[in-house]
Amino acid sequence: MTVTDRSDATATERTRPTLAVWKFASCDGCQLTLLNCEDELLRLAGEVEIAYFPEATRAVVEGPYDVSLVEGSITTPEELERIQHVRQVSRRLITIGACATAGGIQALRNFGDVAEFRSIVYAHPEYLSTLSRSTPISAHVSVDFELRGCPINKRQLLEVLAASIQDRKPRIPSHSVCVECKRRGNVCVTVAHGTPCLGPVTQAGCGALCPSFDRGCYGCFGPQDTPNTVSIAHGLRELGMSEPEVVRIFRTFNAASEPFRRESERHEQGGPPAGEGEDA
Amino acid sequence: MSHKLTDGGQVMHVGTLARVEGEGAMHIEYRDGTVTDVQLRIYEPPRFYEAFLRGRAHTEPPDITARICGICPVAYQMSSCWAVEDACGVEVPEEIRLMRRLLYCGEWIESHALHVFLLHAPDFLGYDGAVEMAADHPDVVERGLRIKKAGNDLMDTVGGRSVHPVNVKVGGFYRYPTREELRAVRPRLQRALDEAVQTVKLVAGFEFPDLEQPYEYLALRAESGYPIEAGSVVTSSGGAFAVRDFTKHIEEFHVPHSNALHARLDGSPDPYVVGPLARYSLNADRLSDVAREAAREAGLGDTCRNPFRSIIVRAVELVEAYHEALRIIDGWTGSGPASVPVPPRAGEGFGASEAPRGVLFHRYVLDDEGIIRDAQIVPPTSQNQPSVEADLRTMVQSWSQLDDHALQHRCEQAIRNYDPCISCATHFLDLTVDRG
Repeated sequence: MTVTDRSDATATERTRPTLAVWKFASCDGCQLTLLNCEDELLRLAGEVEIAYFPEATRAVVEGPYDVSLVEGSITTPEELERIQHVRQVSRRLITIGACATAGGIQALRNFGDVAEFRSIVYAHPEYLSTLSRSTPISAHVSVDFELRGCPINKRQLLEVLAASIQDRKPRIPSHSVCVECKRRGNVCVTVAHGTPCLGPVTQAGCGALCPSFDRGCYGCFGPQDTPNTVSIAHGLRELGMSEPEVVRIFRTFNAASEPFRRESERHEQGGPPAGEGEDA
Repeated sequence: MSHKLTDGGQVMHVGTLARVEGEGAMHIEYRDGTVTDVQLRIYEPPRFYEAFLRGRAHTEPPDITARICGICPVAYQMSSCWAVEDACGVEVPEEIRLMRRLLYCGEWIESHALHVFLLHAPDFLGYDGAVEMAADHPDVVERGLRIKKAGNDLMDTVGGRSVHPVNVKVGGFYRYPTREELRAVRPRLQRALDEAVQTVKLVAGFEFPDLEQPYEYLALRAESGYPIEAGSVVTSSGGAFAVRDFTKHIEEFHVPHSNALHARLDGSPDPYVVGPLARYSLNADRLSDVAREAAREAGLGDTCRNPFRSIIVRAVELVEAYHEALRIIDGWTGSGPASVPVPPRAGEGFGASEAPRGVLFHRYVLDDEGIIRDAQIVPPTSQNQPSVEADLRTMVQSWSQLDDHALQHRCEQAIRNYDPCISCATHFLDLTVDRG
């Protein structure tokens, strides 16, 4: 790695805010979204100084950094320490994607019997150095903004970066996918075809992608503000989904987000607890 | 960085490998010009996919396993679909196979363009990364971004989005792209094909270290065409077997310094190699005329055993992928159903496809309700780990006269030759930590 002392930089360069991109347990898809900004990447690199981004460059500018993007969830003791360091060197810390904001799909471990799981699975349990739960970044350090999505949306990422540079609040909607579906002119897949859909409880951002491809939303942007998961679960049952299917539809990429976790647990033991229809 | 040991030996250690997907480190020890230890250390945390696939429905692997990797999600979707359909005794019609191949072309383009231009070319042109390189070679970087974008456009059109496409399901697709949607993307693909041909010329002009490795190659080979979405397995020593026999020949094993399993072929202590070099060397005769011509002009024979020249092979595969995408679009009628029913049944199924980095194998055991009871996934990067280490050993041995800085850079480059996908390789159940 090449480490650059920022005092070497010219005065013009120093006026650009510095950007760092960090990775924890994840698939790299949200970082890739940054590199997928083909039309904007070079312009963005003119607006900010890419100071730390191992996936893209060997060069490292020493921190602190004006903006840190954090991808991935916390799953090992080493990551617990590293996220503290990231917070210390970041003026603004933004989490990107379902792993960093909700623990990601690897949080499915949170619902298992980890002790039993280990004894069945591991050839060398003495080497184990993993945590029994996968947790979002906000469980460990303060986070300035959480960008949802599995993966995040490119336009939303650029909006968040622009807002950070301009010191303003990002314009990211907190309403449901249903609103995007209506705007796009989609016919409702549930009403028209009886297709189970998490759109009513899922935060917008993808552009109502799944209904545009004739499938129900599977919740990859996580719960919207104040989602009525009880009502949607009731609707899913009426459409013919079994209890285990209802559990599984809430347990994917945002399984550990509070509303989805609570709803999946309500349906876990072969049926919802007494008081179906009421919020638990 | 490099430091001396008290016994006179030297250690070269790179704690965070840059411009690779995922988290890994390199550790090399040598004494008196002799390499005594080489480790590609993958410390990326495991994510337990094979464990939590148990208990999920047979319809779920395409969405779930896509999340193993943001750069090659289609590879996971395709291998998992083939494996589930195999377990359920369903064969999809030719038209669905072709649409899968078209989507996969988009992924090859996106992944190869990312690697060739943004991750690998800076090594040859002497830059830390593509953004730094763009200051002096804006034309190269801009061309790379255009080529990459055309691949992403194709994935958006067929799959709904390029990272974790939403349109793939067991049995086919939720809906086919319309002919209008396909027609809209065609001119961009045509332009990008021409630029990909230029790219082969560009990268063929790079300076390559002189090195030939005695690789045993392993790749798929299909009845016709270059292997992308399906095929059976062949090796350079003449081995040939069906995908369902994969685990009879490939054995995974685990070493203390990596969170990803290693693999060996037919019990051999020598590593084998999957990926573009293997695919090309076992299937050069199956390339389209335009790709074969580009390869010939770039000075590639029918096989290539110099790992540094893998960037040329990737560029040739970019040409192939664009050509193939245009061929499929031009012949597309969209007449049949976008998917066929895949009713669950108890059984074991196998699937493999050629991820950008090489053969990706899936195996599922289903119960009679279609619930997954066992899952096994063998990604390309774990298969390549022993070979990466063998390359590092050879290179440090051959180039010990280089100064530390140059040698370290050469070694990092040797790892990047494989375009390792470390997130992919570390989805395993098994986790080991080197406490040495």
